[in-house]
Amino acid sequence: MSKINFLKPDKSNLNTFLYLGSFLFFISVLDVLLNSFFSLNITGFLPGFISFLLPLILGFIGLYFIRIELSGIKQLDLLNKHINTNNFNAILSLLIIFIILKSIPPILSWFFVDASFAGDSKDVCTGTGACWTYIKVWMRRFMYGMYPNGEQWRINLSFISLALLGSVGYFATNKFKKYLTLYYVVIYPFIAFLFIFFFISGGPVFFDFSYGIIAAILSIIIGFFIPSKFKFYYFLIVPFALYILLKYFIFYEELIELGKLDGLNWVETGAWGGLSLTFIISFFCLIFCFPIGMAFALGRRSGFPLIRYISIGFIEFWRGVPLITVLFMSAVMFPMFLPADFFIDKLVRCIIAISLFEAAYVAEVIRGGLQALPRGQYEAAKSLGMGYWRMHIFVILPQALKLVIPGIANTFLALVKDTPLIFVVGLLEIVGMLNLAKTNPEWLGFAMEGYVFAAIIFWIICYAMSKYSYNLEQKYKTDR
Amino acid sequence: MNFKLKDIGPQLMTVIAVVLVFGFFTYNAQVNMENRGIDFGYGFLSQESSFDVQFSLIEYDGSHSYFRAYLVGLLNTILVSVIGIILATILGVIVGIARLSPNYLINKFAAFYVEFFRNIPLLLQIFFWYFAALRALPLPQDAEAMFGISFLTIKGLFVPAFIWQNLNVFLYSVLAAIIAIIIIRIHAKKLQETQGKQIPVLLISIGLILILPLLSFLIGGVSLSFEVPVLKQLATTSFIYEGGVSLPPELIALALSLSLYTATFIAECVRAGIQGVGKGQKEAAASIGLTPNQVLKLVVMPQALRIIIPPTTNQYLNLTKNSSLAAAIAYPDLVLVFAGTALMQTGKAIEIVSITMFTYLSLSISISLLMNWYNRKIAITEK
Repeated sequence: MSKINFLKPDKSNLNTFLYLGSFLFFISVLDVLLNSFFSLNITGFLPGFISFLLPLILGFIGLYFIRIELSGIKQLDLLNKHINTNNFNAILSLLIIFIILKSIPPILSWFFVDASFAGDSKDVCTGTGACWTYIKVWMRRFMYGMYPNGEQWRINLSFISLALLGSVGYFATNKFKKYLTLYYVVIYPFIAFLFIFFFISGGPVFFDFSYGIIAAILSIIIGFFIPSKFKFYYFLIVPFALYILLKYFIFYEELIELGKLDGLNWVETGAWGGLSLTFIISFFCLIFCFPIGMAFALGRRSGFPLIRYISIGFIEFWRGVPLITVLFMSAVMFPMFLPADFFIDKLVRCIIAISLFEAAYVAEVIRGGLQALPRGQYEAAKSLGMGYWRMHIFVILPQALKLVIPGIANTFLALVKDTPLIFVVGLLEIVGMLNLAKTNPEWLGFAMEGYVFAAIIFWIICYAMSKYSYNLEQKYKTDR
Repeated sequence: MNFKLKDIGPQLMTVIAVVLVFGFFTYNAQVNMENRGIDFGYGFLSQESSFDVQFSLIEYDGSHSYFRAYLVGLLNTILVSVIGIILATILGVIVGIARLSPNYLINKFAAFYVEFFRNIPLLLQIFFWYFAALRALPLPQDAEAMFGISFLTIKGLFVPAFIWQNLNVFLYSVLAAIIAIIIIRIHAKKLQETQGKQIPVLLISIGLILILPLLSFLIGGVSLSFEVPVLKQLATTSFIYEGGVSLPPELIALALSLSLYTATFIAECVRAGIQGVGKGQKEAAASIGLTPNQVLKLVVMPQALRIIIPPTTNQYLNLTKNSSLAAAIAYPDLVLVFAGTALMQTGKAIEIVSITMFTYLSLSISISLLMNWYNRKIAITEK
């Protein structure tokens, strides 16, 4: 055994250094661990300042001792490579380990150990931890806003049906795959609108479900006898025609009593709120802002100077102002621009404002994709004799959109994160509801729980969206 | 002839549609304003505003004009934006570099920070800091002094104020130092290009910027003293600090959340920029005998900055626009003072909202023009 130089750990005394270093490191971690979990201070006999710094010093010496290159022990080499490359990294690693150890117990106790879950009044919340009872009691308000309790099944039903209808794409066979784009761009939003309008809002029934159902059944039955060549056009036209025929020309009086859906109370949009409103707004803005943005991206790349300048003006205008002023505009300025007897609902105005705002960002993202495509693609499409629209729909846009999936996902994420701003016009989605609940005299002092709850929900939504976009990007990645 | 029609047709139709929509809106606006008896005009800007603002950088009270209220709001917006931009840049650069660290713990810690803060809506973060976190601070009478001179309380942060004498001499000395540094840099560059000599520019610069202002203290008659905030009793249970500078909690919450949120995006920009410099560049630089510091300074950073700066400026703009969320926690920024209180008092919706939007618009368009110019200047001219 050679002489040990403690200032220079080397391989010849590997075992000594390894045991000594690990022991010191272990002691330092143990000290912090005991301190944070059991509030025991094993170095309490030392003066305050040294006692405070001791774990760091011990850990640092320990890590210094075990920093031996090419020791031959796999785990040790990995450790050295990842957290212990030099003195600076060793100190930072130690600090992070200590911070994590120190912050686990308070967080755990606030979230779970000292928190109160049971009961349904403020009295159970006496501990130092979180009062999840508050969330439990206010859950309906956070989810549905001021929507009447008895009617909330309408929101649930609509969302479940829309989710089912939205997942059609996964089950579609190859035969129907070509209609999916049409379905998602035109039909699905229309169905969603019908659901929102009739079910959630309980809008004036100018569409009678009874007629609609009869028309649908009849057209499906007749549809069996239609040659498959015309089936698509048939289903595009005939059900609506049948519906109008039924409603206005035949059986008018007889059918009106038969199964007309009544009992759906009108719930004005001011009462909507909570997380469901977040979903509704995000959904519609997402659907609207994409085509508008695409149109303006194409307009900005257009060869016609006037169209180009109008597009540039539109895009730069919306990108230059904060969303909050746009919402202000939709709330106080926009009604002035409309005829006096022409009323547009607050929620609809909001959706229009957010859609136009985000459309400008989508337009810039898509323009990036269009610019990134090589000129050869345009020239090849033109040399095949394609016109402007055919070239863009079949050659340019599919490639450009594929390129900008991350950018579009970021814009959509920003959209979801921007929805709380609708408090400006007096609509209360989940964050707005939290602020309302916070001021309730019976439940004062639970702001923290509410914000943590909303933060967790938003985090899950946004993180899931970003992961999904990443998967989408990988799926459509083609080598170029 | 036919060909030209094909060109003009779509343009004409678009223009007609735009003109129709705008015409429709203006016509309705005129009719509506006539019906309600509102007259259009910006004359109200010089009228007495008769409302007070909690926090303002310039002297202001109800007897001043609406235009001055607008200035107060604008200055407050600029103040919180500048604070936010400085903090966000510092934090963003640190986190961005930490994201690239070979140290597993640091790397993951930075990644956690980025993923955590950028997936939570900014408004929620502002509310959290303002209504939950800052409300847990002590009352003024219970606050412990930080470094003995400043107090962080529920009513805001109270820090000592600087009291300068002959401030202008000090400022001139700083200006002189900056000009001297620029001249030395130009000279050093010339020396490097013509004779290949290198002089330690950084050391000389640091020396100049320290020594010249110091000289102004010794010779120029500049003196600096501090006014420390002192606790004062207003009523039996109400205390406040007097003297010094007080930063309201709204400002703290806003600056904190804006910088924490924007720093995540800046961190990603920094990471992308440094990763965007090819490995070959570093290896080539090392192979011609540059030291690691020289590689970083002469090869990596110039190329990385070219990638980093445009998106980062975009983030600065976003931060400035996001500072309008101040209205939610009653920090008197442009939106709250002007588009909120002033609008409520005058009822001049179109004028006030248009001025507010125009202010933000001119701000962001001027910055993006600057950015375009910069991009053209630094763009690599490819073959």
